[in-house]
Formats: sequence, structure tokens, C-alpha cells
Amino acid sequence: MNSLIVRRILGGDVGAAARLMRDLDDEIPAARAALRGLYARAGRAHVVGITGSPGAGKSTLADKLVEAARRKGQTVGVVAVDPTSPISGGAVLGDRIRMQRHAADEKVFIRSLAARGSVGGLSRSVFDTVTVLDAMGKDLIILETAGVGQDGIKVAGAAHTVLVVLSPGQGDDIQAIKAGVLEIGDIYVVNKCDHRYSEQLARSLLLALEGTAPRDGWTTPIIKTEAVSGKGTRELLDVIGAHRSALVSGRAWERRSMNMARTAFMELLETGAREFISGELAREKRWRRTFSDLASRRADPHSAARSALRKLLNIKACK
Amino acid sequence: MNEKKRKIRVLIAKPGLDGHDRGAKVVVRALRDAGMEVIYTGIRQTPEAIASAAVQEGVDFVGLSCLSGAHNNLFTRVVRLLRKKGAGDIIVFAGGIIPAPDIPKLKKAGVREIFPPGTSTRDIAQWVLQTAKEL
Repeated sequence: MNSLIVRRILGGDVGAAARLMRDLDDEIPAARAALRGLYARAGRAHVVGITGSPGAGKSTLADKLVEAARRKGQTVGVVAVDPTSPISGGAVLGDRIRMQRHAADEKVFIRSLAARGSVGGLSRSVFDTVTVLDAMGKDLIILETAGVGQDGIKVAGAAHTVLVVLSPGQGDDIQAIKAGVLEIGDIYVVNKCDHRYSEQLARSLLLALEGTAPRDGWTTPIIKTEAVSGKGTRELLDVIGAHRSALVSGRAWERRSMNMARTAFMELLETGAREFISGELAREKRWRRTFSDLASRRADPHSAARSALRKLLNIKACK
Repeated sequence: MNEKKRKIRVLIAKPGLDGHDRGAKVVVRALRDAGMEVIYTGIRQTPEAIASAAVQEGVDFVGLSCLSGAHNNLFTRVVRLLRKKGAGDIIVFAGGIIPAPDIPKLKKAGVREIFPPGTSTRDIAQWVLQTAKEL
């Protein structure tokens, strides 16, 4: 059964791949077995993350990058994340609107994901979805995060190349020297460069990045684009390709891949541990004493947590 | 690990040349508020692009809206293309300005339900939730 699904997906069956992605997103245990067969075949795609604040132009930019990549004969996968409503659990996934003209192109596979409670602009199933696209042989996989603020840095652990997209009119130059999203970019994109404040944004960005040591033999460039008209987007794809070459020749490609594997692994460990712990805490009787000790200040939270961890995870030496 | 509840995924699309999507967007929001993941493709979509998007997105439902009068042709083509792509299990529903005499024909062609003007969004959401139980 599973090997049939794997064979179908490796053979390019879009429907089978889409259904597996769905099962993985819904955390159906049987889907994980099928993923095993695909994981071994993945690992060749260039994963490019696009992050930035809501409305910066990430989807429009992704659309133009798909176009440019197709023109070069590359096959493309897109994973686009949008937020889940914390109130209803529902989501409107609208990134696709900007890319829909590629829908009928068989060499392009676009998948929208809802964050489903994940923070930092990604969804828990992002890694699995990328794996399926990668195993299908997509040359380039664009991973578009949900619009993030100043701490949406998770994408750095999920992509080989990180694009940070900024657009003018979003605050003064101090915004550009704050920590977080402005430290993870391999390429900075000043989008909407037709806007009258875009020069100013590019200048303050340049100042903010000045003196940053090159990472993996790569000095982060600032690229100006006007995604709506496509201006600068072909050049951007060339720079993305150059970053890949720099990673490969500097042997940083393996290091990034390892970091991506580590992030995905860590994510699963954390999820598993969180589910295990909340399952344990649901057995209220056992913990009532601890909770009442804490509430009445007979115990302090740090010590109580430490001893609980020691007990739950069987950790001998817990700091 | 316990089996979690599946999320309902719906694709809302507007086939053809009509550019009026206020209604479609209202439905998108209503389904979101009912806890579903709703993918909106935007206006002026070809049946081919809608069917491909539905397959790639792995949705349970496709909701089509058309106000231009070309619904008979467009809706039927979406249903046919989904079947051709091996996705005949995706349930298609529709809304818009659909004259009553067309409704039986569309249902016969595979559109499961038609919501004419005046339908409350709650009824649409309720219908999707109810119909999802048979999946």
C-alpha cells in the first residue's frame, strides 16, 4: 500500500502527492510510513525561503520567481503558509491568488498550508510538504512564510537560501537595526522599488547590514524589485542561483542541509515532548498536589518543573 | 498517539470572465469562521486552472461562483476535469445567479448543491460541515 503510494509520487502523480501532503498535515500516522520512502529520495532541491511582513509582496515575488525559473527550464514547488485563526481554527489561504496563472503548468506544484498554531510564520507540516516536493524532483522549492513581524526567523532553519522582503513605508530606519529578521537574510529584497521611499529604505538597510561579516563566503546583497511588473525579478533569481553556487563551492551546502535536518528533527521532538507532557498533566489527580503547592507558594515553579522533568523524561541530571 | 480530527479544506473559485467576487469572498469568510481552511483562487479562472489547483491543494470541496450566466458550461467543465484528473471524489457546490430551471441539469452533471442568491452564509457552512461527514 505504502510502497504503491511512494512509487506513484516518485512517478509524478500529483493527486497522490497532494493526498499524502494532506494526510501529513492532518497527522495521520500511516502517512508517516509513506514519507519514509520519500525522504530517502529527497535532498536534491534548492529550498528558498521568502519571509517578510504582511503585504511586503512575498506572494507576488514568488509568482515572478516561478516564472523566471520556468523560463530557465527548472521545475518548481511552492509551499505558501498563511495564518490560522486562533478563534475558529479556520484559515483563508490567499497566497495562491498571485500564483494561480501557473496552476495548469504541470511542472509547477503550488501548495497552501495553514500555520495551525505554529509560530514564526511556518506550519508544522512544512518540512514534510517540502520533502514530498523534493522527492518528486522539483529543482527549486519556494517556501513562503506567513507574514511575520520582527521575530519570524524560523524559516532560517528550513531553507538553504533566505530572502527577506521589505517594502517602503513601514517605519523609520531604527526598524532596520533591530534584531531578528534582519539577521537571517542571505538576500534582502527591497520590493515596491517604484515607491518614493524605497531609496531611503535601501540606504538604511545598507547601513544596517554594513560591517556584517560575510557568512559562508557570501556578502548579503540588497536587490531592488517591483514584483508587480516583474522588474528585477529575473536578476533576483540569478542572485539566488549565485548563493547556491557559493554554498556548494564553500562546502556550506552540507552545513545548511544539516541545519535544516536538525530543525525538522527538533520540531518533531518538541512536538512529541509537548504532547507527552500535556497528556501527563491532563491526569490531574497526580498533579493536584504540585499545583496547589505552587498556588499557595509552598513550592516555586523552577524547582517544581525541574523535578517534574526529571520524573517525566527520566532525565538523571536536569539542570 | 490519538487520531486527530481532520480539517475540512475548501477551494473557492470564480470561473470565467465575471469579476464580481464580493459574494465569493463572503463565503470564504463564513467557511473560515466555521473552522475550515479555505483557499481562494481569485477571479477569472479557467476550469483547467481551478481543477489543477483543487488537485494540488488536496481539498474536499470546490465551491464555484458565477454571476455571468455561463455557469452551465463552466461548472460542468470543472466537474468533468476533476473526474479526468482522478479527483472525482471532490464535492463541487456552487452559487451565483443560477436560474431555477438550470439547477436540476447542473445537479445531474455532478454539482452537488446550488446556493441561489439570498442563501444565508450559515446555511452554506452548515451544509459543508454536514456533507463533510460522509467523507
